[in-house]
Amino acid sequence: MKRTNELIVGLAMAAVITVITLGVFAVGDNMTPGVTPFSRDVYQLHMIVLGIVTVIGILVFAAMFTSIYLHRKSRGAEAAKFTHSARAEVIWTVIPILILVAMAIPATRVLIDMEDTSGAEMNIKVTGYQWLWRYEYLDHGIDFYSALDRRSNAARQIGSGISPREVENYLLEVDNRMVVPINTRIKLNLTSDDVIHSWWVPDLGWKRDAIPGTVNEAWTLIEEPGIYRGQCAELCGKDHGFMPIVVEAVTPEQFRAWVASRTDDQAAVAAVEPVTEWDRERLMSHGREIYDAQCAACHQPDGSGMLPAFPALAGSAVVNGALSDHIDIVINGRVGTAMAAFGNRLEAHDIAATITYTRNAFGNQTGDLIQPIEIERLLGRDLDSGVAGPVTGAGRK
Amino acid sequence: MTDTTAHTDHHDQPRGLARWIFTTNHKEIGTLYLIFSLTMFIVGGAMAMIIRAELFSPGLQLVNPEFFNQMTTMHALIMIFGAVMPAFVGLANWMVPLMIGAPDMALPRMNNWSFWILPFAFLMLLSTLFMPSGAPASGWTLYPPLSLQGGNSFAFVIFAIHLMGISSIMGAINIIATILNMRAPNMTLLRMPLFVWTWLITAFLLIAVMPVLAGAVTMLLTDRFFDTSFFNAAGGGDPVMYQHIFWFFGHPEVYIMILPAFGIISEIIPTFSRKRLFGYTSMVYATASIAFLSFIVWAHHMFTVGMPLGASLFFMYATMIIAVPTGIKIFNWVSTMWRGSMSFETPMLFAIAFVILFTIGGLSGVMLAIVPADFQYHDTYFVVAHFHYVLVTGAIFAIMAAAYYWLPKWTGYMYDERLGKIHFWLSTISVNVLFFPQHYLGLAGMPRRIPDYSVQFAEFNMISSLGGFVFGLSQLLFVWIVIKCARGGEKATARVWEGSRGLEWTVPSPAPLHTFDEPPLVDDSVTAHKDELT
Repeated sequence: MKRTNELIVGLAMAAVITVITLGVFAVGDNMTPGVTPFSRDVYQLHMIVLGIVTVIGILVFAAMFTSIYLHRKSRGAEAAKFTHSARAEVIWTVIPILILVAMAIPATRVLIDMEDTSGAEMNIKVTGYQWLWRYEYLDHGIDFYSALDRRSNAARQIGSGISPREVENYLLEVDNRMVVPINTRIKLNLTSDDVIHSWWVPDLGWKRDAIPGTVNEAWTLIEEPGIYRGQCAELCGKDHGFMPIVVEAVTPEQFRAWVASRTDDQAAVAAVEPVTEWDRERLMSHGREIYDAQCAACHQPDGSGMLPAFPALAGSAVVNGALSDHIDIVINGRVGTAMAAFGNRLEAHDIAATITYTRNAFGNQTGDLIQPIEIERLLGRDLDSGVAGPVTGAGRK
Repeated sequence: MTDTTAHTDHHDQPRGLARWIFTTNHKEIGTLYLIFSLTMFIVGGAMAMIIRAELFSPGLQLVNPEFFNQMTTMHALIMIFGAVMPAFVGLANWMVPLMIGAPDMALPRMNNWSFWILPFAFLMLLSTLFMPSGAPASGWTLYPPLSLQGGNSFAFVIFAIHLMGISSIMGAINIIATILNMRAPNMTLLRMPLFVWTWLITAFLLIAVMPVLAGAVTMLLTDRFFDTSFFNAAGGGDPVMYQHIFWFFGHPEVYIMILPAFGIISEIIPTFSRKRLFGYTSMVYATASIAFLSFIVWAHHMFTVGMPLGASLFFMYATMIIAVPTGIKIFNWVSTMWRGSMSFETPMLFAIAFVILFTIGGLSGVMLAIVPADFQYHDTYFVVAHFHYVLVTGAIFAIMAAAYYWLPKWTGYMYDERLGKIHFWLSTISVNVLFFPQHYLGLAGMPRRIPDYSVQFAEFNMISSLGGFVFGLSQLLFVWIVIKCARGGEKATARVWEGSRGLEWTVPSPAPLHTFDEPPLVDDSVTAHKDELT
């Protein structure tokens, strides 16, 4: 009689808990199956393991609630005396081991597939910076930065007055998307120039850390054209939440057209830059563009900074002081702070224009104009000048 | 007996503050630890309220991202080192000598010192909030190179961590020395209450891994201030090496925060089931196995750093194996309840909620062990949900259960049962509203440690924040219940609970300042547990 009772109540409890669990699953979000063979494998693994742990949970909780319902003092239950059962303990040691083995086999298969990065038809180097990404298409000579788009960036400031709901793809849009062809096996080489970042697009099925001094490899093969959005997944400083990733998967024909237009643009820029003398207007306008993209996140668009971590440039002793010190900090960074070394990140004309801009904006009035050719020499790309040594060595502290 | 009554009302001590500063009594030091822990719980909780308030809706409303990162970092450091660990040490101080029939801890003066280091360590840690370069903002894991971008306040953080480590190591030495040397005659190892067993194993974990943490943060210190390059790739170092060292400490640390909780639950469930613990011996061995496994699974925190395939597979399999001894524990608790004669006072309610919610946290842990799936879960809110189920509804619910269970023994008065039940239901419902939707957020693609998010995550974040506010406020009720119980109420008997067993219930309530001056008689009729196998 007692056993029959327990069985009936147990089944009823299991039914109730199952209904509650299914309800809890129904109202929530789930992992995306994604658009690559790997992401679908991961999704399947996720669903299998979720199913197994759900069944285990339901069984344990059903037994527990049966006991709570039947074996309570207020119902006059008398406590039994048993304190162990060798048979039960062997069973609930062995069965979990078998279940774990059953889960480990498909997990191992999928992992081995992911780790095999051979047979790449295309290579992209992805570099993380505080707080933007750089994409270098190693087979196509394309190289660009990808940062949070202007509308999201304006809306996300405290007191911006812009509702995030009015911004399309708030925090998930960039200025330059990573465009890739579908049905192509692409190898991504991930690294970082400053701190650890993590490159994650859920629709591709994985994330992988971008670590300074290391190149991590991963691969993907996107099967459906579309726009896939993700974010940096490793805490990388104050704007960790504001360095999205947008992958645009297109047909091979569209990709070829995109490559052609990109290559033309870059060639046009490269052809004119190094030799020409830039006038004030050009330095200032280009400087402002670079400043807004690379510097304003910390030093603020109006140069007011964010104390204590990020000093103001308006009225700053460095910006209004000796030109060589200012250039040194921009090129070499400042150890122990978030001030990056822009010497290996920006072109000479970008650095020259930005320094010119900061020395003549936000109320700073040094009147200095810095020419790209001067920075070019300091960067040591012009080896004959001999200036590079002392500058890169000095003032790193 | 004059000492006894004075003890219950420590706000009006005739001997004043000096009594608490110089005390070497295990009960007084236990009380100090518990009050300190509760204070830090409120401070760390206030930081969590700031985090949930900022995440209430998309867009930045209240704090800037830098301060948000300081809050997530400080919340974790304070909750782990300031709230959970000192609470367990406080419980050990109070209960271990009472449970093994010892007059005090083995090393009473060191006991005083291990406590009094802590307030200074946390004052120093909290003071960084007011320094020019601010509090640490790189997450409690302090991963370089990010953590090395901090200003000079970083040195204070590292020194504070060193002090916490010294305190923990001394506490652990004391607990091991007490348990191994000061048991009453006949209190054999396999007669010890499980709370004592789990703490003995935890203490060994502490001694093994706190020096590893000290080494890791010292290398950060020299990298930051003395030009070394342990973790600086440009100088030949490796930032990933830090993660390996940190998690070699960090994973056992997770079990340091849960094994004593297992012990507490293993005391409470038999009491309120009026039935001895099922499978006592297997509980002891399962605890020891979990402790051993905790040393060989650390890299499951870093599956995305790009490890060799063989290493990933090893850490996946080792991690999955932990499910076996943990499962044994859960099955044993359910079997203890099975065909018992249960009643549901507040400690039992928290213990039952622990078993259910910790199991949910454990099952999502099995999911996280699957490496390819972890490539999606890692560093998302799914992980945040997982470890809060394990640490809040696991560790902290167990501490709450312990507080209600032993408060009558400490104060001599019963706590207000009606308020206790209100506290339980408010906490249990709100904590699930707080953390369960975070599973959905993580699966939908929300990374952790971000101050602002895309609007697609708005609804579940708002629900989570509402749950958080209710949970936070409910804990103020707990503070009131404790104060009320310390002030007076229904007199507690020595046994307190109908089904309680063990030496701590043979002394009067409140426990006099000095107990077991003469070793008690120990046999199976007084011990908490008895396994026919032994």
